[in-house]
Amino acid sequence: MRLARGRWADITGAVSNATQAWGSRLGVILAVTGSAVGLGNFLRFPGLAAKYEGGAFMVPYFVSLLVLGLPLAWAEWAMGRRGGAAGYHSCPGIFRALWKWKGSPYAGVFGLIVPVMIYMYYVIIESWCLGYAWKYLSGAMALGNDPAAYGAMFQSWTGMAADGSVFQGGGAPLVCLALCVLLNFFLIYRGLSKGIELFCLWAMPVLVLCALVVLVRVLTLGTPDPAKPDLNVLNGLGFMWNPRTEQVGFLEALMNGKMWMEAASQIFFSLSVGFGVVITYASYLRRSDDIALSATTSVAGNEFCEVSLGGMITVPAAFVFLGAAGAVGGTFALGFHTLPLVFERMPLGQFFGFLWFFLLFLAAVTSSLSMLQPAIAFLEEGLGLDRKGSVLLLAVITLIGTAFILFFSKGLAALDTIDFWVGTFCIFVLACIQCFLFAWVLGVKKGMEELDRGALLRIPGWFPFVIQYVSPLYLLAIFGIWAYQNMGGYVKSFQDPANDVVRWSIGFILLNFAFFLFLIHRAVRRWSAALPRPPEAGP
Amino acid sequence: MTLAGWILMAASVGATTGLFAWCLWRVLRTPESRDKLHGMLDTEREIEERDR
Repeated sequence: MRLARGRWADITGAVSNATQAWGSRLGVILAVTGSAVGLGNFLRFPGLAAKYEGGAFMVPYFVSLLVLGLPLAWAEWAMGRRGGAAGYHSCPGIFRALWKWKGSPYAGVFGLIVPVMIYMYYVIIESWCLGYAWKYLSGAMALGNDPAAYGAMFQSWTGMAADGSVFQGGGAPLVCLALCVLLNFFLIYRGLSKGIELFCLWAMPVLVLCALVVLVRVLTLGTPDPAKPDLNVLNGLGFMWNPRTEQVGFLEALMNGKMWMEAASQIFFSLSVGFGVVITYASYLRRSDDIALSATTSVAGNEFCEVSLGGMITVPAAFVFLGAAGAVGGTFALGFHTLPLVFERMPLGQFFGFLWFFLLFLAAVTSSLSMLQPAIAFLEEGLGLDRKGSVLLLAVITLIGTAFILFFSKGLAALDTIDFWVGTFCIFVLACIQCFLFAWVLGVKKGMEELDRGALLRIPGWFPFVIQYVSPLYLLAIFGIWAYQNMGGYVKSFQDPANDVVRWSIGFILLNFAFFLFLIHRAVRRWSAALPRPPEAGP
Repeated sequence: MTLAGWILMAASVGATTGLFAWCLWRVLRTPESRDKLHGMLDTEREIEERDR
């Protein structure tokens, strides 16, 4: 065993150029929190909470946090550190180390496809936030009180009107996109500690500070229009948080199955569990480093941004200026149509609009950075590429995808299709695999030992039972209901002869799958040539 | 804003803010947080040294 470990260390040193490491515990926590905090925290959560009767929504939300979000986060951190101790930092490698099945590295393809393909469209949304922040800073967002003007601006910026229209208009959207791509790859090239960690160490506090300033502004709005005394901050907060029991009782409101499903989905996507990111980040930890407290802190940080900041800003602000009708909407509608109109009517709105979109931009960058690292880790340890080579190859792959999504921008069809199949469906699949791997392959006994090693926080006694039975069943139930409600429409759109973009987008996803499976095949052959199996990363 | 709304808001915001503040305090007050964390190669070296 001693010889095997020594030899394995030599071999992993030879096959992988990955000598990456975190610089501090706070750094890794902020990096994981930054990965989780995104547009969903500030736009999707408040929209959902307001839609489902405010206060009542928080019950299924916190239940989902306890039985799904937190257990999956602990499991992913534990598997990541255990895989890292065996010399791997990517999903295919970590799955190979933990799961003694020949096909396990291939199951790890989801851990590459999900972050890489989500990055392809997420960087575009990131560039919208940067563009809007710049427009506020330069005074170009003063479009008046006409809601249609903001809709038209969003259409022209995103190219929603026609395919390829982004390339024909002014160059501003493309310049913003180029800046975002350059920033992401510059930071990734600098590495884990000097790039991702350093950026998150200052970006996360700045993000929270910006949100706090906007929060103070929203809470001190009072009654901006004396002619409409009902539209005031207290009623705005009430619209967000009051359990509306005029028609149905509180307990009756809790019987809404769709609300439970949406609350669970929000927790699941908000925490970035099943993304393949946390498992990679945790793999760079030392064997004896704490993961229990670190994982809990990153989850708590995400919840703080979502509930305490997002929940207090977006809906109350929209309600104060636009009333109940303006305060409910989807992520893009609330973020890019409604809020610019709110900032237009708010005193010093240009300044607060800039702060708002700048914080969304920072949240997006900390997330998009994390989506690149799993593939970088794989290219380094699987193909033996150096940092420059892996960054260059990933830049080419993601640029092709981003250009594809950018070109097929009519109605955001390509973005929507890839978001559905990769950003939702594949995430569910990966989360199910990870849950099964931790609870049933690694086993809860070993899993608990892993979590307890170096722990600065005692994992509660209910965790083994929950991760073994409750979380998988809960996950499968949400997956099943979600698939039942949404699959039909997407399958229909695939069959519609007029929807060429949907078919091309699915073809593009399959092409990516084939490409990454081929790379994994090469990596497995390379790893097998070095040593048939890594030593068990035991205590 | 009803009383139930106030209670739910205070409980939700208080719980998430309190948990985050407590976790951060625990992280920052632990001396190991100033230590350098290491990657796998360092870990393997440590295992080898310990085995020797």
